[in-house]
Amino acid sequence: MSTLSERPQRAVVGLPLPHESAALHVTGEALYTDDLVVRTRDVLHAWPVQSPHAHARITALDVQPAYDVPGVVRVLTADDLPGTNDAGVKHDEPLFPNEAMFHGHAICWVLGETLEAARLGAKAVQVEYEPLPSLVTVREAIAADSFQGTGRHLESGDVETAFAQAAHVFRGEFEFAGQEHFYLETHAALALVDEAGQIFVQSSTQHPSETQEIVAHVLGVPSHAVTVQCLRMGGGFGGKEMQPHGFAAIAALGATLTGRPVRLRLNRTQDMTMSGKRHGFHSEWRAGFDDDGHLVALDATLTADGGWSLDLSEPVLARAMCHIDNGYWIPNVRVDGRIAKTNKTSQTAFRGFGGPQGMIVVEDLLGRCAPLLGYDAMELRRRNLYQSHHATPYGQPVRHAERLEACWSQVLEIGDVERRRTEIEQFNASHLHTKRALAMTPVKFGISFNLTAFNQAGALVHVYKDGSVLINHGGTEMGQGLHTKMLQVAATSLGVPLARVRLAPTRTDKVPNTSATAASSGADLNGAAIKNACEQIRERLAQVAGGKLGISPHDVRFTDGAVSGLYGDSLRWEDVVHAAYHQRVQLWAAGFYRTEGLHWDPAAMHGEPFKYFAYGVAAAEVEVDGFTGSYTLRRVDIVHDVGDSLSPLIDVGQIEGGFVQGAGWLTLEDLRWDESDGPNRGRVATQAASTYKLPSFSEMPEVFNVRLLEKAHEEGAVYGSKAVGEPPLMLAFSVREALRQAAAAFGPAGTSVDLGSPATPEAVYWALDRARSHPAAEGLNGQADGQAHGRVDGQVDGQVDGQVDGRLDGIERDGVRSPVKLSGV
Amino acid sequence: MSTTIPDRRVSAVKVNGKDLAFDGVAVHTTLLDWLRDRGLTGAKEGCAEGECGACSVLVARPGIDTATEWTAVNACLLPAAALDGQEVITAEGLGSSTALHPVQQELAVRGGSQCGFCTPGFVCSMAAEYYRPGRTASSADRTTPAADRTSASADRTAAAGGGCDHEHGPNGFDLHALSGNLCRCTGYRPIRDAAYALGGPEADDALAARTSTPPPPPAPTRLEVAGAEFLRPAGLDEILELLADRPDAQIVAGSTDLGVEVNIRGVRAPLVVAVDRLSELREFTFGADETTGAVGRGRNQISIGAALTLSEIERLLAGRVPLLAQMFPQFASRLIRNGATIGGNLGTASPIGDTPPALLALDASLVLASSRGERVVPLADYFTGYRQTLKAPDELIRTILIPLPLATTTAFHKIAKRRLDDISSVAVGYSVEVVDGVVDSARIGLGGVAATPLRARATEDALTGRPWTEKTVREAAAVLAGEGTPMDDHRASASYRSAMLGQSLLRFYAQNLAAEGVSA
Repeated sequence: MSTLSERPQRAVVGLPLPHESAALHVTGEALYTDDLVVRTRDVLHAWPVQSPHAHARITALDVQPAYDVPGVVRVLTADDLPGTNDAGVKHDEPLFPNEAMFHGHAICWVLGETLEAARLGAKAVQVEYEPLPSLVTVREAIAADSFQGTGRHLESGDVETAFAQAAHVFRGEFEFAGQEHFYLETHAALALVDEAGQIFVQSSTQHPSETQEIVAHVLGVPSHAVTVQCLRMGGGFGGKEMQPHGFAAIAALGATLTGRPVRLRLNRTQDMTMSGKRHGFHSEWRAGFDDDGHLVALDATLTADGGWSLDLSEPVLARAMCHIDNGYWIPNVRVDGRIAKTNKTSQTAFRGFGGPQGMIVVEDLLGRCAPLLGYDAMELRRRNLYQSHHATPYGQPVRHAERLEACWSQVLEIGDVERRRTEIEQFNASHLHTKRALAMTPVKFGISFNLTAFNQAGALVHVYKDGSVLINHGGTEMGQGLHTKMLQVAATSLGVPLARVRLAPTRTDKVPNTSATAASSGADLNGAAIKNACEQIRERLAQVAGGKLGISPHDVRFTDGAVSGLYGDSLRWEDVVHAAYHQRVQLWAAGFYRTEGLHWDPAAMHGEPFKYFAYGVAAAEVEVDGFTGSYTLRRVDIVHDVGDSLSPLIDVGQIEGGFVQGAGWLTLEDLRWDESDGPNRGRVATQAASTYKLPSFSEMPEVFNVRLLEKAHEEGAVYGSKAVGEPPLMLAFSVREALRQAAAAFGPAGTSVDLGSPATPEAVYWALDRARSHPAAEGLNGQADGQAHGRVDGQVDGQVDGQVDGRLDGIERDGVRSPVKLSGV
Repeated sequence: MSTTIPDRRVSAVKVNGKDLAFDGVAVHTTLLDWLRDRGLTGAKEGCAEGECGACSVLVARPGIDTATEWTAVNACLLPAAALDGQEVITAEGLGSSTALHPVQQELAVRGGSQCGFCTPGFVCSMAAEYYRPGRTASSADRTTPAADRTSASADRTAAAGGGCDHEHGPNGFDLHALSGNLCRCTGYRPIRDAAYALGGPEADDALAARTSTPPPPPAPTRLEVAGAEFLRPAGLDEILELLADRPDAQIVAGSTDLGVEVNIRGVRAPLVVAVDRLSELREFTFGADETTGAVGRGRNQISIGAALTLSEIERLLAGRVPLLAQMFPQFASRLIRNGATIGGNLGTASPIGDTPPALLALDASLVLASSRGERVVPLADYFTGYRQTLKAPDELIRTILIPLPLATTTAFHKIAKRRLDDISSVAVGYSVEVVDGVVDSARIGLGGVAATPLRARATEDALTGRPWTEKTVREAAAVLAGEGTPMDDHRASASYRSAMLGQSLLRFYAQNLAAEGVSA
C-alpha cells in the first residue's frame, strides 16, 4: 500500500480554512477573464451571428454590410481559417458551420472597436437559410432513428430468469429534463499575440490543455505556439469542460488576423442559447421485486438527448449506465444506452456527468413502486442498500459499502427522523390543505474518469532561495476550493506554514497535457502530483539537513517550518533551503501522478473503472400546499463521506452547494425548448435568468445540517481524502422523493404518485391533484385532468389481462404473480 | 427642443468617495459597464436583467428614517447618466483585502464565497441591510427560532411584510435584502449565517455617518451622444412641455424595465427622460390629513406619487394596507423594488405586473398629467390591450389614488415557480367585505390570465349578496377558474393557470374562515 494516504502530525490538511481567494472575492479584487479587458489596450470585441432556425442549410453569407457599420473591424468566417474548421475533439463541431444545426448556432463572428459596433455589425450580416426538417425532442429523435456515437450494453446475472421468478414486475417510462449550468460567469476568452507569433489565451476553461489543443488546430500551429491561462472561473459545473474551446479559438483567430487583442464574452442570452447543458434522458424500464421488497431484476433502456454533436455524450452515457444502481444491489441487470442526435445545443458535462441521470431512474421507480408493493419508501430503499460483499453490475466490488449503512444510521439519529415522521403523520392528519413528508435517499458515486487515460496529473513546485514556495498544478479553480486544498497539501508535504506557499495561475506552459478539472478528481489527482513533487524536494533537503544535524536523512522531520531529527536540534526551513542552494541541490521538482488499479473494457462495460466510491445519505422534509402545489424545504440532514477531509469548510460548502444545485435540477429549473412547429421551433424558451429560475434563498433548506462521516480514511488517495465535487448533488433525490410522498399524502394510503421532473409547483400540483382525485379519496376537491409526465402507452403483456388495478399514474404492473397490495384501494 | 432644460452636460459621479468624470459615456451605457470601464470590475454582469444581483452597488438615496440611505440597486439596469452628481459605493469601496468591511469579513471567514463571482454583489446588498436604519436585534423579536416552529402556514409567503421567522436573523437582518442575489455555488447557508452574524456599524463608520446628511440633490442633466439624448429636467412642468413636443420620449424612473430592453433586446430610444427624483411625483399622503385640494385628491384616500419606489411605499405604508403588505415581499426582489416605481409598473402595463391585480382589488385610480391638465382614470378602465392603456403619449402618471376605508378581508396571491423574485404565472388580489355573514362587496384583480390585468367581474357577481359559505365559494371558484383567457407558456400551462384561479378563491376562503367567524 502506498504512503499517499498517510497524514503526518500537525498537518495543514484537515484544517477548516476559508477559500484562498475569499478576501479577493468579497472585495471585488479577484480577477476573472473578462475583468482583464480594462487592463488590456486596443481590445476588439466579438459578437456572433446566430441562426434563427433549428436546422437549415446556409445558402449565402454576405458579410459586406457589416463593414459599413462604423467601428466594425473584421468579420470572421470559414474563409479566414488557417487550420482546421473544428471546435471539438470528435471532429463533428465545425467552428464555422455551413449548416445551422440548432437555433442559436453561431454562423460567423463580428469584431468591433466596441461591443456595440460588433453587435450592430452582426445585425447587418446577411445570411440566407434553407430551412431543413428538425428533431427537437428526444422522442422525435427515437422515432426518426436519429442517433450518434456508440450505443452501449451492460449486463450481469440472468435477467430473464429473474423476471420470470420475480413476485412483482413493473414497467414504466420516464422522461426527464436537462439543466442549464448557469455559472454566474458566462463563457469568456481574451486572446493576444506576442512578437514571435505565440498566442496567449486567457480563458474561463476547466480544461486549459484541451482549449490549447483546439486553438492550435484551428490556427494550424503546433501546441507549443499556444499558451492558455485560467486565473479562475466564476463557476464551471462541467459547462466549461468542453465548451470553452470554440470561443477561445474565435478570440485567438481574431487576434491572429488583426494583430490586436480580442475579447469574446457571451452575454447570458448567448450563453444559454449556444452552450451545452446537462443531458435530458428518456428511459424505459422493467423492474422485478421479490416478496421481501428486494429489487431482483432491472432492465432499462436509456436514451440520452445529445444535441447536435457528440461532445462528451458517450462518457456521460457510460456513467449513467454505471450509476443506474445508485446505492442498491440489483443481482440481475441489463441496461442499453444510446445517444439521440437532435437539433439542440451540444449537451455536455454537468456535475454528476450522467450519474444523476442513471440514479434518477432507480430512485423514481423505487418511489413509484413502494406503495404498490405495500412498503414504506424509506424501508424499501434501506433493505436494498449494497452490502460489503456485493459487486456492481459492471463487476466492481463495492468496497466500504458499510459506509452507506453508517451514513443512513447517522442521518436517522442526527435528523431525529423517527420522531419527526410521527409528527408528520400527526400534522397530515390534522391539515387538509397542507401535507408534509420526509424522504431519505443514498448516494454511491464512482470516483475516477471512466476514460482511464484521463486519470493522470502533473505539478510544478518551486522552492526559492528565501524559502518561499510557489506551486503550480494542472487543475483549475472554479469555486470548488481546489487551490485552497492544493496549498494545504503542499504546506503539509513540505512541513511549512501555509503562508510560505503561494499558488500561481493555471497555465499550459507550466504543466502540460493536463486533464480537465472534472469528475470530482481535481484534488485526488493534482494533490497527489503536488505531493509527489514536494516529496522529491523534501528528500533532497533531508540529505542537506541530515548532514547539518549529523543524523540520517531518514530521520529528518519537516514540521511547521522547522527541520529536525526525532529529538535534539532543530533548523529553520529557510536555512536548510539556503544551504541546499549553496550545495547546488535542485530546489524545484515536477510531480506526476497516475491513479493505480483501474481497468475498464468500454465495449463490454465491465471492469473496475473507479478508484473508490463516495457515499452519502440525505433526509429531506418538505411541506406542500394543496391549493397551488408550491412547497418549502423545511429541513435537510446529510451525512456524507469525504474520506479524511483535506479542508472541512470547503467540503461542507461543496456538499451544501451540490445539494441545492441538485434540488434545483429536480424541482425548480425548468429548461424548456420550443417544441412547436411555429417559427421559433427549437429555440430555448427559457434563455434568461427571468425565465430559467435558479434556486434562491427561498429554496435553501430552512434547517440544513451537514456532517462529514467520521473515521472515513481512504487508502490510496491523497492524505486519506475523498472527492467531493459531484456526489452531493445526487443527495437531492431526497427532496424529489419527499415531494412525491407529500403529494401522495393528499390521496388515500398506498397511492403511487407519478411526478414530473423537474417537480415544479405545477408538476407537484398535478401530482397531488391526481392523488386526491383518486377514486378512493373521499370528499376532496379537484378535477383530474392532470398531466402525467411519465405516460405509458400501455402495451401490457398478454398475461396481465384485466389487471386494471396494476396501472396507476403511468406505471404498469406487469406479469403479476401475487395480489396487488394497495391498502385503501 | 425644449429650452427650459438647463444646458448642463453630465459631469461626474462620486464613486467610493472620489469624483469620476463622465468621459465618453453614451446615453444607453449602463452604470455597470461604465464602472467596469473605469477599472472597477468588482461588480459583474451575470444576467443583464436585474435577476442575479452580481452587479449590485450602493447608491446614496433619500431616506425615510434617516436623511440618506445606502440603497442597493442593480447597476446593470441603470443608465450611467442617471447617476449624474450622485454617490455610489462598490464592493471595492467598502473595504480592501487587507482591511475588510465587517460584511466582507463575515462572508469571507464563513465560506460565503466559492467561485466569488456573485460575491461583490452580495456584499453590497448585505451592506445596505447592515446600514439600514432600524435594523436591530429587537426587530427580530416578533419571530421565533426556526427550530421552535411547530406549524407552518400554507401561506407563509403572504405573511405581513414577509416577516417569516427563518427569514430574520437575531440581529434583525431581513433576508429579503438578499432576495435579488443569486449564488450558484454555496447553497446560501453560509451567506445567511454571515448575514445573521453581523453586528452594528462602529461609531467611526464613515458610511454610517454619511446617512445623517442628505444625499446629493438630483442634477438637471443633458447628455447628447451620437444622435441620442438623455435628459433629466428640473421640474414636472418642463417634462410635460417636453412630452407635448416629443411624444417619442422614453420616460425612465427606476429603469428596471427599460434596462432589460436596452441590454437584452438592443432597444436604443432616441430620447430618454428621467423622472425618478421629481418631487412632484414623490408626494405621499394617507387619508385624513390630505387637504391639498388638487384634482383627484380627496380626503378619504391614499395618494402615492408615481415616482416613489416600491421599497419606499412599503416603508411609508408600514403595513397599513394589508393587501399591499402581502404583495411587496413577492414583488421581484429588494434590489428591483429599490429602483422600480409604482408608476413605472403601471406605465409598462404588463399583464403579469404585480401591482395591477393588487390595485384593481383596491379600486385604485390614476392621476394622469399633461400640459393640457390632469385627469383621473379608474385603473379598471386604464388597460386597453396588451401593453396598451388610456394614457396619451404626452401624459405622465403622476399619482396613484386608493380610496379609504379599505375592505376588511383582503389578500394577494401570487403563483410562481420560485417563491422569491419570480414573475407571476397568476396573481390575484382580493378585497372582500362580509357583513353579517353575507358578501357585501367583492373586488378581485387578476394578472397573468389575459392580455391585460383585469377585474374578475363574473366572480365578483357570483359572490356579492351571497352568504359567505363554502357552497358560495365553491360555486364562485368554478366561475373564477373560467375567467380570462390564460395561455400555455414556459411559466405555466393554461390549465394550471385556470386551476390556480379556482384554487385561489378556495384558499382565500380557507384562510379567512377564522377571521370571519364562519364555521366550515
